[in-house]
Amino acid sequence: MTEAIELRGLRRDYGERPALGGVDVSLRQGESLLVLGPNGAGKTTLLRILATLLRPSSGEVRVLGAQLPAEAWKVRGRIGLLGHEPLLYRDLSGRENLRFQARLHGLRGEAAEARISDLLAAVEMERRADDRVTELSAGMRQRLAVCRCVLHEPELLLLDEPDSNLDASGRALVGELIGSRSDRTRVLVSHDPERYRGDADRTLELGPGGRVAVA
Amino acid sequence: MTPSRAAFAAILAKDLRAELRTLQSLPAMALFAVTTFVIFRFGLDRTQLSGSLAAGVLWATLLFAAILGINRLFVAEREEGGFDAIRLAPIDRSALFAAKAAALVVYLVAVELVVVPVFALFFLDSAGALPPLALVLLLADLGLAATGTLISSMAVNSRARDLLTPLVLLPLVVPLSIAATGALEPLLAVGGPGYNRFGTWLAVLGLYDLIFLLVGYAVFDFLLED
Repeated sequence: MTEAIELRGLRRDYGERPALGGVDVSLRQGESLLVLGPNGAGKTTLLRILATLLRPSSGEVRVLGAQLPAEAWKVRGRIGLLGHEPLLYRDLSGRENLRFQARLHGLRGEAAEARISDLLAAVEMERRADDRVTELSAGMRQRLAVCRCVLHEPELLLLDEPDSNLDASGRALVGELIGSRSDRTRVLVSHDPERYRGDADRTLELGPGGRVAVA
Repeated sequence: MTPSRAAFAAILAKDLRAELRTLQSLPAMALFAVTTFVIFRFGLDRTQLSGSLAAGVLWATLLFAAILGINRLFVAEREEGGFDAIRLAPIDRSALFAAKAAALVVYLVAVELVVVPVFALFFLDSAGALPPLALVLLLADLGLAATGTLISSMAVNSRARDLLTPLVLLPLVVPLSIAATGALEPLLAVGGPGYNRFGTWLAVLGLYDLIFLLVGYAVFDFLLED
């Protein structure tokens, strides 16, 4: 198995304040990494660096074989990010948002429509798929956000609190879409370690001020 | 990599659909322009304008109306995470610049289709100047859209974006304004449209458009970096 993620001495500072202080971790393809830590420990910063949305201050970052940030263009489209924001346009419907994302990722026509319908069915959102996002509850938006995240079959899933705003049935439905698979590497951020610890191959614990522990 | 043309079409269609559904920019731009014409009409106490004064009134009104649309151009991307969604996609980011500039041109043309006849009704003797005037406005819209898209993409990350956009944009569009009013002046002359130095000003407008479209294409990728 090849390394999907390799981090060597990864640091990120916001001005004088260190957000990540020397992260060293590697993850093989198909493995899952659980990232734990209190608020402000740098979990979201780590995910945004892995997603190519943020530059590291120093250190080496290799994701899916590409050196970041120099080769970021090689991995865009192979990553699915589920963050705090659903990344959905409020004035478009859920289906329109997914169509838009599909076109950005080069999916078109009947194949795209079939994929969108399958995903909407998987999260039980077919009946509300044509409602504007602004009319949906936070839990429904999260279900759509998960659909957006996995729409293009990414090789790397970056999941920041994937259960946010979801009820028990929503968690079960979404769990099917973002669950462990041999062809997909996952990085999970959670405040509920017990839910994902059994599912994770490795654990990265971030502390305030950029402190790091790997297990 | 998704072809740039497909990404451009997807972003433009998304923007136009959202605007048609919410009408957040177009009615405000049109209403602002019409209200400004009313103010000029009573403020100047004139029922007829010609030459440089007519050109100035028309261009200044359209420019300030355009700023309303420019201010809102990237708000959805900023507030609803569209920047991240687009940055995560395997697309050439200049497609976002091109699509936003194209959306702005569509907004400007739509507004002008409403407000230029109102201007003619308020201030002109005849509508004879309108066909050549459309060509000038189209070239000016292209330049304004290129510059406005660049500035808006930078200002949207600031809490003071409503203030920042006009402060940065207006100095940049001084050459465009000189060329636009220079081309409009003979068209709006007393006694019907004239074409004195018309071609020269059109060439200046075209050159401005070309420069700022190329600058936008070249630097937009860097503007989207963290």
